[in-house]
Amino acid sequence: MLSLNNVEVVYDGVILVLKGVSITVGQGTITTLLGANGAGKTTTLKAISGVLRSERGEVTKGAVELNGRRIDGMQAFDVTRLGLAQVFEGRRVFEHLTTEENLVAGGHIRPDMREVRETIELVYGYFPRLRERRYQQSGYLSGGEQQMLAIGRALMSRPKVILLDEPSLGLAPMLVEEIFGIVRKLVQNENLTVLLVEQNATLALEIADHGYVMENGRIVLEGSAAKLRDNADIKEFYLGLNEVGSRKSYRDVKHYKRRKRWLS
Amino acid sequence: MEWEFTLLLLVNGILIGLMYALIALGFVLVYKATDAINFAQGEFVMSAGIIAAVVVAASTSFFLGVVVALAAMVLFSFLLERVMLRPLLGRPIVAVIMATIGLAALLRGLLPLVFGAGTRPISLPEFIGEEPIALGPVMLQPVQLVGAGVSILFLAGFSWFFLKSRMGIAMRAVADNQQVAMAMGINVERYFALAWAMAGIVSALGGVVWGSMLGVDVHLALVGLKVFPVVILGGLDSIIGAVVGGLIIGIVENLAAGYIDPYVGGGTKDFAPYVVMIIALMIRPYGIFGKRKIERV
Ligand SMILES: Nc1ncnc2c1ncn2[C@@H]1O[C@H](COP(=O)(O)OP(=O)(O)OP(=O)(O)O)[C@@H](O)[C@H]1O
Ligand SMILES: [Mg+2]
Repeated sequence: MLSLNNVEVVYDGVILVLKGVSITVGQGTITTLLGANGAGKTTTLKAISGVLRSERGEVTKGAVELNGRRIDGMQAFDVTRLGLAQVFEGRRVFEHLTTEENLVAGGHIRPDMREVRETIELVYGYFPRLRERRYQQSGYLSGGEQQMLAIGRALMSRPKVILLDEPSLGLAPMLVEEIFGIVRKLVQNENLTVLLVEQNATLALEIADHGYVMENGRIVLEGSAAKLRDNADIKEFYLGLNEVGSRKSYRDVKHYKRRKRWLS
Repeated sequence: MEWEFTLLLLVNGILIGLMYALIALGFVLVYKATDAINFAQGEFVMSAGIIAAVVVAASTSFFLGVVVALAAMVLFSFLLERVMLRPLLGRPIVAVIMATIGLAALLRGLLPLVFGAGTRPISLPEFIGEEPIALGPVMLQPVQLVGAGVSILFLAGFSWFFLKSRMGIAMRAVADNQQVAMAMGINVERYFALAWAMAGIVSALGGVVWGSMLGVDVHLALVGLKVFPVVILGGLDSIIGAVVGGLIIGIVENLAAGYIDPYVGGGTKDFAPYVVMIIALMIRPYGIFGKRKIERV
């Protein structure tokens, strides 16, 4: 469905961030991409969706293919038309637009307004809370509601593949569970394929079929979610460390050690 | 007599204010969608006025003049975005500001050179007439009424476009976050071009309206100077703000001219709006309707 083959990404012509990344995402599956801060996860997603260029980044080697079609080098708004949607890290709703206007903007590529209305209803079906907030300025929604809106907005173009960038960021565990549950339902009911970037490895490996671990611009570990759950390194550094506050600092301290181990 | 004088000043201020709002709208459209600050808005208006005056004089058809001015300004704005501003995308905002200031000087120098520096009239079609129209105790110039009418029409049209149409929503999405808008399948550059084209339309209308009121020469560009108090007051990115700001500046200007000029010998019209602007900046730097950065997680 979606594949990256030995992809290299350079920012500003000199900063090499991805150093030959290969990832395959199978049709109808959830694949998760794990890794520490600055590993290059978001960059990977941006390389797929094509928004990299607006940050002066470029795929300099390798290929990104969607359904056998090369999409690296394409403009982001054209990639969207091929059935790919990205949910950005930090939600990035259009703050000054209402909830419903955000959804209308998400359905931009679909000319028939009746279909857009139908999809809005579909989104409200999955996220009833958005319906209650439909005429509110989205900048004032709660973090959880904004995340729901960001996912709903991505659904508006009726994509086949969705890239999800840290949907759990800054949300209470209960809410994260709820949102992940809905994502799983979406994959089943709407025939979606998901590439999920996460820091919360426990949850990610719970709903994913397959996983990759990224370090410093390279894939260092790959396997089925079940296999990764049992992996000693993952266990040590991700699982069981779920308090949001302590996680980051702990990880930073251990960063060097872990990297060495995965590379050896 | 006193209240009639005040009423006259107020009504005049409202009519003039609507026409300021029309020009300010061009500025707001561009700023809202592309973040560019167009310091040549007044020169756009002047250019449109000159083109309209030349065509009306040559063809004796007012409407042909309007159509040519519209077409010329849309084309001009469109090309401007393509050739001059697009390469500046992603550069510091100062680069764009300097570019438009340079453009303003260029237009002020070039157009009189090509078309002559004399003041030209834009004569309105005959059916509009020149007899002042009495509205109760107030006498109004037909030119002003037409100008205000056109302004209301287009202000309403553009408001609808922005608030209700799908393209308007997409344009606001672009204004909010270009990268995310792009990922929604919105061709951001096309919307930039559209915003400039709309600024061109508004400038053309402003040029005809103001030109037929004041006559057309280089000084018509000075109308653009009033845009800044208007948009600072109303909010740089708000259409409603442009209307309210325009009305306030129009009224303030007229009241100042009516009540203070007799004591100081004239000229208050030109700086009163700026006094209001400075006060507005101190109290509400983002304007009455400008968007505040939303502060939350
Ligand atoms: N626009 C850019 N220009 C230059 N360098 C960049 C740019 N964006 C990201 N980088 C660099 O690329 C590296 C990877 O960043 P990226 O955002 O992909 O990491 P990430 O894995 O998503 O991290 P996090 O978990 O913190 O979101 C970082 O070192 C970052 O500084
Ligand atoms: Mg990231």
